[in-house]
Amino acid sequence: MKILYFAWIRERVGYAREEIDLPPEITTVETFLTWMKSRGEEFAYALESDSIVRIALDQEHCSDLSQSLDGISEIALFPPMTGG
Amino acid sequence: MVDTVHTTNAAKGPIVRIQAEDFDTAQIIEQATKDRSNVGAVVTFTGLCRDEGGKLAALELEHYAGMAEAEITRIATRAFAHWPLDQLIAIHRYGKIAPGENIVLVIATSSHRQAAFDAASYLMDFLKTKAPFWKKQHLIDGTSSKWVDAIEKDDKALERWKDVTG
Repeated sequence: MKILYFAWIRERVGYAREEIDLPPEITTVETFLTWMKSRGEEFAYALESDSIVRIALDQEHCSDLSQSLDGISEIALFPPMTGG
Repeated sequence: MVDTVHTTNAAKGPIVRIQAEDFDTAQIIEQATKDRSNVGAVVTFTGLCRDEGGKLAALELEHYAGMAEAEITRIATRAFAHWPLDQLIAIHRYGKIAPGENIVLVIATSSHRQAAFDAASYLMDFLKTKAPFWKKQHLIDGTSSKWVDAIEKDDKALERWKDVTG
């Protein structure tokens, strides 16, 4: 799975992207986020506020934590957007 | 400066560009309306970088390459389907942008003004909260840089478009 980080979430994690094999029990957005936060202090800090972290699956916004990761190859984590 | 927007044939959908370079608004309007005698209304929105009371040296715009274009295209495609538009063009810059410089351009053209006003407004409202861009402020005194916080009223602005769907 390709995982991308943006803005201050990227800064807290310490890098912009990584490629990792997810454990087999990580099948939904919710289990993914819980697992991510357990990977270390920098991830717990970057993802500490559930209401702020935004998620995109294969470059589409996802607001449903129960959504399956089946067939997904890219997950992005980022704060609320401030373009325009 | 890249300013070629191909609009010679009837547009089948919106035109979306994500680029570091500046754009020439007048030239893009001219291209969008050339030989389009059915067009009676052109609405243009240009977002500029403010100097924040003289304190700002530059904004740095980070973006999610690929998704930025895909998401603005999704928003613009919904607008294109909902209003009777001739053209809908969105250009968003990324990278370092100095006060007074352009950040974003939206142009909507139509036979009549209301569709053009509404489509441009809809596109900007959604772009602000759904297009994956993040602004960081660099201050003139060089002491600090700070990520811009999202504004709640930007989220609220979406509520008035509830009846617009793809």
